[in-house]
Amino acid sequence: MSDPSLLALNLGEARDGLARRVFSARELAAAYNDAVAEAKPLNAYIIPTPERALEMADAADQRLARGAALPLDGIPVAVKDLFCTKDILTTAGSHILDGFHPPYESTVTDKLWRAGAVMLGKTNLDEFAMGSSSATSWYGPVENPWQRPGDNRPLVPGGSSGGSAAAVAARAALAAIGTDTGGSIRQPASFCGIVGLKPTYGRCSRWGVVAFASSLDHPGPMGRTVLDVAIMLGVMAGHDVKDSTSAPASVPDFTAALSGDIRRLRIGIPKEYRVDGMPGEIEALWQQGVEWLRAAGAEPVEISLPMTKYALATYYIIAPAEASSNLARYDGVRFGLRVEGDSLDEMYELTRAAGFGAEVRRRVLIGTYVLSAGYYDAYYLKAQRVRTLIARDFAEAFERVDCILTPTAPSAAFIIGENTDDPIAMYLNDVFTVPANLAGVPAISVPAGLSADGLPLGLQITGRAFDEETVLRVAQILENAACFRHLPSFVAGGRG
Amino acid sequence: MALDKATVAHIATLARIRLSEAELEPLAGELSNILTWVEQLNEVDTSGVAPMASAASVRLPMRDDAVTDGGYREAILGNAPRAARGFFTVPKVVE
Repeated sequence: MSDPSLLALNLGEARDGLARRVFSARELAAAYNDAVAEAKPLNAYIIPTPERALEMADAADQRLARGAALPLDGIPVAVKDLFCTKDILTTAGSHILDGFHPPYESTVTDKLWRAGAVMLGKTNLDEFAMGSSSATSWYGPVENPWQRPGDNRPLVPGGSSGGSAAAVAARAALAAIGTDTGGSIRQPASFCGIVGLKPTYGRCSRWGVVAFASSLDHPGPMGRTVLDVAIMLGVMAGHDVKDSTSAPASVPDFTAALSGDIRRLRIGIPKEYRVDGMPGEIEALWQQGVEWLRAAGAEPVEISLPMTKYALATYYIIAPAEASSNLARYDGVRFGLRVEGDSLDEMYELTRAAGFGAEVRRRVLIGTYVLSAGYYDAYYLKAQRVRTLIARDFAEAFERVDCILTPTAPSAAFIIGENTDDPIAMYLNDVFTVPANLAGVPAISVPAGLSADGLPLGLQITGRAFDEETVLRVAQILENAACFRHLPSFVAGGRG
Repeated sequence: MALDKATVAHIATLARIRLSEAELEPLAGELSNILTWVEQLNEVDTSGVAPMASAASVRLPMRDDAVTDGGYREAILGNAPRAARGFFTVPKVVE
């Protein structure tokens, strides 16, 4: 029987406990393997890897015993099932990748394992990371461990990295990695009451990550605290010659940036983020965030990001266009599902019809249309030009301020099945997160409070490109001020 | 832009996704709604604005034109739904 009290430790505490040999990596891995099994009703994991976890933990214990500990030695983490893992099933939440066992390891997961992290399994997600609910997976929807008090209807964990977020929130992983193309780390972090960071574009390699929209996809860390994601980012980041868009930038010690001192920092408050229909409680929480930062000595400054209202429409041209190109590789020839046909074209068409779900199909068709002859200029090129203006908004704002404070999402978690009739209603979830993907700048979500119906709400800090340090420093001030200690309805090992 | 069934069928052919006749009408509605919604970008004056393809500001790096990796034929074919004699196989394309 494993010790469930180990599950309450955050990453920093667990690292200390392992270093001082208070418990072994094997004991920690065993506790988390049990937690993964206990959390099975959430459907957060597609592929648990308990034997692999114990093997990796034993190797970590040997290094710890020798006094040769690596930065993440013995830390149990969950991996969004969009990262290729050598010889371990990788699905992207899609039927079309049936049976795919990558013969290689993604750069980011390789860095985690080389740093001693322990793999708990592969987490569930929206199919090909296309969604904001983690409900479009071929492997079924993920449930949020949070519920409204007195209401047992299952809620979405957000998406697309909803399995990773739910696992961390339910103490079925100590930390996790996700990917963020339009908010897919930050929105589920907000919905599940955890911390999620989308780094600068190019900070973490995309090599070995199943591609959705290559100019917008960002791998990043998810964890219980700002310190936890700072530790994770330090391991995940770095230049990679295998990703031509990976930045040849040095990797600072992100934990050293957590000085607690934000005096005289200028915090931008963009007036365009007061959108119609946003609940008053989110507006109030945002204002509370302004006051917390002011109390810590920062200076709030009203700014304007005038192109904000066009970010979603821009995104929903560019992302499907890139997706239609990237997903052309799923043809039934080299990997995954194949539905036989009488001709090559028929095999392609039948395979893709059977293999893609409704949302993926919709986006591939939209993307194909906006890239097709006669429409390319009117849609795709137009969106790329507006993208320039959105990036320019941020560049001009960052001449006046050091970072930007906004809500992460315009709502708390919603009930599974809501927002499914109208694709555009679902897309509106990403209204505050998409701009940072288009501009490539870093942004983090920090749990800051509860909604009136008892669900977590996040605040977002967005910073200059390659200035994750300021983003993390300000985020930790919010974290300390908010003092978010609430637990979801379900946590592995019990709430006691 | 309102798409008709014939246009949806044409896009689906370009995308190599087989659609049944019954799927065309509802998809035409869904795709038309999305396209109408994104057309709000026409309000934005983008004259003289260069298109942005990526947030990465660096020029694509060059490397030596040398073989540095490879030789994994068996590992790669291991994932193929159909393979024979060291090759992927597909339905016959030449009579």
